[in-house]
Amino acid sequence: MAGDAVIELQDVTKTYRMGEVDVRPLRGVTLSIVPGELVAIQGASGSGKTTLLNLIGCLDRPTDGRYVLGGRDVSRLSPDDLARVRHATFGFVFQNYALLGRTTALENVELPLLYGDPPPARERRERARQMLERVGLGDRLDHHPGQLSGGQQQRVAIARALVTRPAVLLADEPTGNLDTRAGAEILQLFLDLNAEGLTVVLVTHDSAVAGRTRRVIAVRDGRILEAAA
Amino acid sequence: MKPGIALALAGRSLLRHRVRTGLAMLGIVIGIAAVICMVALGQGASDMVQAQLDAMGRNLLMIWPGAASSSGGFSHGGGTGVNLTPADADALLDQVPSLVAVTPMERTRGQLVYEAQNWTPSSIMGVSDTFPQVRTWPAEEGDFFSARDVAASAKVCLVGRTVADNLFAGESPLGKTLRIKNVPFRVIGVLTPKGTSSMGSDQDDVVVVPWTSCLNLLEGSAFDNVDQLLATVARPDDIPLAMAEVSEVLRARHRLGSAEPDDFRIYSMAEMASGGVETQKTMSALLAGIASISLLVGGIGIMNIMLVSVTERTREIGLRLAVGARGRDILQQFLGEAVLLTGSAGVVGLLLGAGASALISDANGWPLSLSPPLMAGTALFACAVGVFFGLYPALRAARLDPIEALRYE
Repeated sequence: MAGDAVIELQDVTKTYRMGEVDVRPLRGVTLSIVPGELVAIQGASGSGKTTLLNLIGCLDRPTDGRYVLGGRDVSRLSPDDLARVRHATFGFVFQNYALLGRTTALENVELPLLYGDPPPARERRERARQMLERVGLGDRLDHHPGQLSGGQQQRVAIARALVTRPAVLLADEPTGNLDTRAGAEILQLFLDLNAEGLTVVLVTHDSAVAGRTRRVIAVRDGRILEAAA
Repeated sequence: MKPGIALALAGRSLLRHRVRTGLAMLGIVIGIAAVICMVALGQGASDMVQAQLDAMGRNLLMIWPGAASSSGGFSHGGGTGVNLTPADADALLDQVPSLVAVTPMERTRGQLVYEAQNWTPSSIMGVSDTFPQVRTWPAEEGDFFSARDVAASAKVCLVGRTVADNLFAGESPLGKTLRIKNVPFRVIGVLTPKGTSSMGSDQDDVVVVPWTSCLNLLEGSAFDNVDQLLATVARPDDIPLAMAEVSEVLRARHRLGSAEPDDFRIYSMAEMASGGVETQKTMSALLAGIASISLLVGGIGIMNIMLVSVTERTREIGLRLAVGARGRDILQQFLGEAVLLTGSAGVVGLLLGAGASALISDANGWPLSLSPPLMAGTALFACAVGVFFGLYPALRAARLDPIEALRYE
C-alpha cells in the first residue's frame, strides 16, 4: 500500500517557537493516503489538524520527519519549489472561502491559472467557466462574492481549487461557516468529486461530517489516535 | 509570471481603488509637471539668450577707452578717455592675426527729418565699411557703404527697420534723402531687423553712417578719437588670445610704460553674456531642486500607499501564495502596481506640465522648448521612481509566509 500512496508522512513533527515557548502542534505523525481516497481529519480545536493539513498541502515544511509526495521527498524544498508543488498538485478550500472582494466569480476562479505556466487568457476564461458550471454556478459568472450566499461562495472557492486539475483537494473546515443545508450540499459535492476519482482530504471538528467519509483520521495533541482504514 | 499578466493584475487592482489611486498619483503628477515646466521654460530662456548672443556676434570684442584722469589724479570714470582712434583700429587689424575685422564706432544723437516727418533714433552710429562683418549685421535692402565712402566722408546712411517704418511710412527708403542734424544724407540701405536686445532696447532704432561723416559732418569734431572699437575673431576659442594681443598692441601704440595701467578696456560679448547664463543656471538648479523634492515627496507617498495596500491585502497575498504564486510573482504584481501608478502619473504630469508651460509662455511672452527626448526621459524617470519606492513594499509582500498571511485578520 505504501508504494502507491500519493501522500506519505513518516514520523513528522512540527515545532514553532513563540517567544520563549516551543509550541509543538505535531509530535510524530505517520500516515499515508492513496489516490482516490476520501479522508476526514478530525480533532478538537488545537489538536494540530490544521497544521497537519498545511503540511500535507506544502504550505509549510515539517520540522522533522519525512514527507514523500507522489514518490518525491518534499520535506526540505525551498519556498519557490513548494509553490510549484502546490500549484501542480493541490487545490485548497478554506473555511472563510478566501475569495477576492470586488472581483467576479469568474475572475476568482481564474486566479490559480495566472501562476505557474499560465495558459492563454481565452483558455483560462473557458476553464474557469467550465468549473463554475461544474459546481452549479453557471449563471453567476459575473457576480461578486458579496452578491452570493455562503454556500455559493464556497462553491466558487471549490471551482477555484479544481481549475488547475489538482490530484488532491484539501479543505479546511469547508462547511464550518455554512448552515446545515448548504453544508450538506457542499459535503455532497465533495463526495461526488471523490466518486469521480479525486483524492479529497478535509479537516473537520464535526463528527457528522466525518461520519460521511470512508476514512477518518482522529488527531489529538499532535498525534494520530486512530488511523484504521 | 508573464509581465503582461502582472501589469493586467496591477491595473485591475488600481482601478478597484480609484480615489486612492488618484490621490497617490497626485504627488508624482505635480512633480513631473513641475519638472516639465521648469525644463521647457528654462530651455526656452537659454535658447533666447543664445539667440541674442548670436545676434550680437559671439565672436565680438568691444574696446572702450579707459578712465580719463586730470592732472590732480582725479578720475572721471571708465569710458571718459579719448584715446582710441581709427588708426588704432587699422593697427589692430594689421598686427593681431586672430582678428578678422575691426571697426571704429562713434555714437551720437540727433534728429532725422524726411519731408514732413521727423524722428529721433536711439542711436546714430559712425562706423567703417567692415561693420556688417564685425556685427554680423548685413543690409536687408540696398548695400552697405564702401571704404571709399568712408574715406570721402560720404553723405550716405543706412537705417534700421524702426527708423524706416517711422520716417518713411511704408515707402521704400532706398534712394531717399533725409536730413540728419540738418545735413542731407542719402539712404542706401536698410539694416536687417535685430529685434529687442537683452537689455531691452530696440536695436533697429538706429542710423548708420561712415565714421568720418559722423565725426566731421555731424559732430564737427576736430579730433579723430572715437567712442569705441569693435573687433571680431574667427572662432570663440580665439577670444582670450586676441584680447591679450589687442592689449599688447594698444599699450605699445599708446606708449604706456610697464608700470602704467591700461588706458582702455576690452570686453568680449561671450564674457558679458556668461553672467546671464550663470544667473539662469542658478535658477534652473533651484527649480530642479524644488521639482526633485516634490518627486521625492510623491515617491514617499507612493511607498506609503503601497505599504498600506500590502498590509490590507495580506490575505489576498496568502491566497495567491497558496494557489501556487511564488514570491517573485507577488513581487512583480506589487512592483507592477507601483510602476503603473507612477508611470501613468508621469504621463498625466507630462500633459499637465506641457499645457501649463504653454500657458505660462503664452501669458508672459517667454519662449518655450519642449523636446521629445525630454518628455520620454521624464516619463521613464517617473517609472524609475515607481521601481525605487515600490520595491520595499513589494519585497515585503513577496516575503510573506503563506500560512500567516492567510490567517491575518
